[in-house]
Amino acid sequence: MEIHRLGLLLGKKFLNRLADGILLIMFLIMIFPLFMLAVNSFMGKQELLETCGAVLADSGGHVRIRFFPQYPTLRAYIRLLLDSPEYFTAFWNSMIQTAGVLFGQLFAAAPAAWAFAKFRFPGKRMLWLLYMLLMLLPFQVTMVSGYLVLNAADLMDTRAAVILPGIFSTLPVFILQKTFAGIPEEVIEAARIDGAGDFLIFFKIGIPLGMPGIFSILILGFLEYWNAIEQPMTYLKTESLQPLSLYLPQMIHTDAALAFAASIVTLLPAVLLFFCGQDNLEQGIAASGSSMRREID
Amino acid sequence: MIPFLDVVRRSFLQAAGDGFVGLSNYRTVLSNEAFRLAAGNTVRFIVVCLPLLLLLSLFLAVLVRKTVRFQRWVKTGFLLPMAIPAASVVIFFQMVFDEEGWLGQLVGLFGITGRDWLGEDSAFWVLVGCYIWKNLGYDMILWLAGLGAVPEEQYEAARVQGAGEWACFRYITLPQLKETVFVTGLLSFVNAFRVFREAYLLAGDYPHESIYMLQHLFNNWFVSLDIQKMTAAAVMLVILSGGILAAAERSCKTAE
Repeated sequence: MEIHRLGLLLGKKFLNRLADGILLIMFLIMIFPLFMLAVNSFMGKQELLETCGAVLADSGGHVRIRFFPQYPTLRAYIRLLLDSPEYFTAFWNSMIQTAGVLFGQLFAAAPAAWAFAKFRFPGKRMLWLLYMLLMLLPFQVTMVSGYLVLNAADLMDTRAAVILPGIFSTLPVFILQKTFAGIPEEVIEAARIDGAGDFLIFFKIGIPLGMPGIFSILILGFLEYWNAIEQPMTYLKTESLQPLSLYLPQMIHTDAALAFAASIVTLLPAVLLFFCGQDNLEQGIAASGSSMRREID
Repeated sequence: MIPFLDVVRRSFLQAAGDGFVGLSNYRTVLSNEAFRLAAGNTVRFIVVCLPLLLLLSLFLAVLVRKTVRFQRWVKTGFLLPMAIPAASVVIFFQMVFDEEGWLGQLVGLFGITGRDWLGEDSAFWVLVGCYIWKNLGYDMILWLAGLGAVPEEQYEAARVQGAGEWACFRYITLPQLKETVFVTGLLSFVNAFRVFREAYLLAGDYPHESIYMLQHLFNNWFVSLDIQKMTAAAVMLVILSGGILAAAERSCKTAE
């Protein structure tokens, strides 16, 4: 009996080790691209030409894989930050575009989510299903109607063409609805008895208690719009309005030595935000799931 | 919503003027070879990716729940790809999958000559890998939320009666995950359309035909302002998505 139990214990330990091992290997695979980008961004021009020239500059020969730069240098970063104005224009375009969308989303998604969470109104179920359908549709399907509207409003090729459609995304509504629905009904009842109106309740109770959800949608929204490609690609023509997501790939051809450093600087805002708000992000993802499965009433 | 009704109206009209042409736009689209290729690829991509991603992420979520030591680290590592913009990894992918790239070097060690992995049928699998890399963490979190909702007492009760790990998973966990399957599948489906970003940045407007997706097609129609085809195709896709949503919801309900 004792021996049997020992065997079970050992088996369990072994299984746990195995699980750890698998996770560790997967972990390394997942972060490998980021690691390689970082390594190469610290290489000097000459070393980059030696290791990556065969692919990036057609210099012939073979590429080499190097996990650590032989002559680490920050020169690429310095050149990028001090000496490439186009990169900066694109960087700010991305910032303005992302900030605009996020700011607008707060004003559009929060009241909509509050209405879904706290009010009963005719057609609510239909509307909710409609929102679900809208969320399901890929950008390319709504692109035509978006274009027709933007064109009629004479907004094509302006920043608003990217920002306005982004404001009315549906995913934030789903996440916030879940957060708002979690606010206990008693708190709201108590405020109502004290004479607070619907607006006051929304601003004084809904918004402060819904803060975790709001952080979640801001982080998810940032990751999404910092990475936006389809929208600027279709709605913007002017090169000086292009965000980083479109400018960076061109840079690989024109200035390969800077491309790695530029890639790192591009992902830095998103990754830093990710590290600050990982918990909110996880909650947001979980909320997006659970608010969709719950039947709305 | 109103703009969409306008799209429906236009899908029945002629290119020039306002003549009503009935279903001819739809016929043009359906007989269009590029449309068939793109629709086929998109369906193939989703059929291959969804089960792969769902199973892999569920497997990892179960493992993550077992491990105590690295839980936080693993979650961070798996979610990180979500935060990395497509534009930033393009150069990495080029380095890996170019004819002379890192992967070519690696297989060279085993005596296989490298190829231009993105210029052949292998491009499809590159894209599959990219999609899984990007979405594994997202789906894992969704599964973890679903797994966490299963009451611990049920496991304890089963264990007392001598049920093993597999029996617990098969008879307690799986039946209670049905809703999570529905939601995770739906969100993964939505995200599947986003691989267009990587595909476009890596291979441009006209990539190798194994990864020529509906998104590329729409984009190229847009460039040539082929509004008729676009509206007709958009209407069909909306109807199809609505159908999938309704079917998925129904099957989820009957399963309960």
